[in-house]
Amino acid sequence: MLSEYIFWFLSFVAVFSAAGMIFSKNPVYSVLSLIVTFFAVAGHYFLLGAQFLAAVHIIVYAGAIMVLFLYVIMMLNLNKLDEEKRSLISKAMSVAAGGILMLVIVAAVRRTDELNLVQAAGYTGDIGVTKNLGIVLYREFLLPFELASVLFLGAMVGSVYLSKKELTQ
Amino acid sequence: MTLFHNITINHYLILGSVLFAMGAFGILFRRNAIIMLMCIELMLNAVNITLVAFSKMWNQTDAQVFVFFIMVVAAAEVAVGLAILMMLYRNHHTTDTTVLNKLKF
Repeated sequence: MLSEYIFWFLSFVAVFSAAGMIFSKNPVYSVLSLIVTFFAVAGHYFLLGAQFLAAVHIIVYAGAIMVLFLYVIMMLNLNKLDEEKRSLISKAMSVAAGGILMLVIVAAVRRTDELNLVQAAGYTGDIGVTKNLGIVLYREFLLPFELASVLFLGAMVGSVYLSKKELTQ
Repeated sequence: MTLFHNITINHYLILGSVLFAMGAFGILFRRNAIIMLMCIELMLNAVNITLVAFSKMWNQTDAQVFVFFIMVVAAAEVAVGLAILMMLYRNHHTTDTTVLNKLKF
């Protein structure tokens, strides 16, 4: 019962703070709203028994990525956006496209059977702890794990190269 | 788990699709490159929620490893994207994507 209430609470927090992220004029408020959304998503992970992912989600998203966003906003000194005046038709089209996309996906999900959250016979509930996840990650997914480090190296070199001063016109 | 007797997998799928559609809507609605990058993050998170829900559903660890790799790719994407954004701001003194209309038909 309690976890049901927590599910609805976290879902409403996630959806409303995502809406706040989209509609706020100040980009700093957008970043803060998105951090609230990420904490709600981390709560969902915790509710689903993925403790390791919840911790990593908070560390990586709220701790690293959103701080990077705030840093860029600080360096660009964007406290107020001068949003270009777009035509009403363009805004209405974006609202219609987003609404229709949501309608299609939600309608497709509604047509499926309402399955229970736990389908496997031998449900143990400890697949999300660090030990079990680490065993799978380092045994079956060792090659993707190493490739991810190459990806990070590429991203690091690319971002350092892109932010060099000599590239400016 | 008796705790979850009323929350089905569909609840999580609908939550994920609502968040995904909100991210897609935000990309179409806003013209600020920073907000558009954040909307991409929101869409990735919506996918992650459904993956973790399916992982609990079938008691499989693989989906959680996929979520881990999605986080890795998202971090790399944000680092490069924000570097591109800094370049954009340095060259055009704005983060508004409507000024970049050279490729517009």
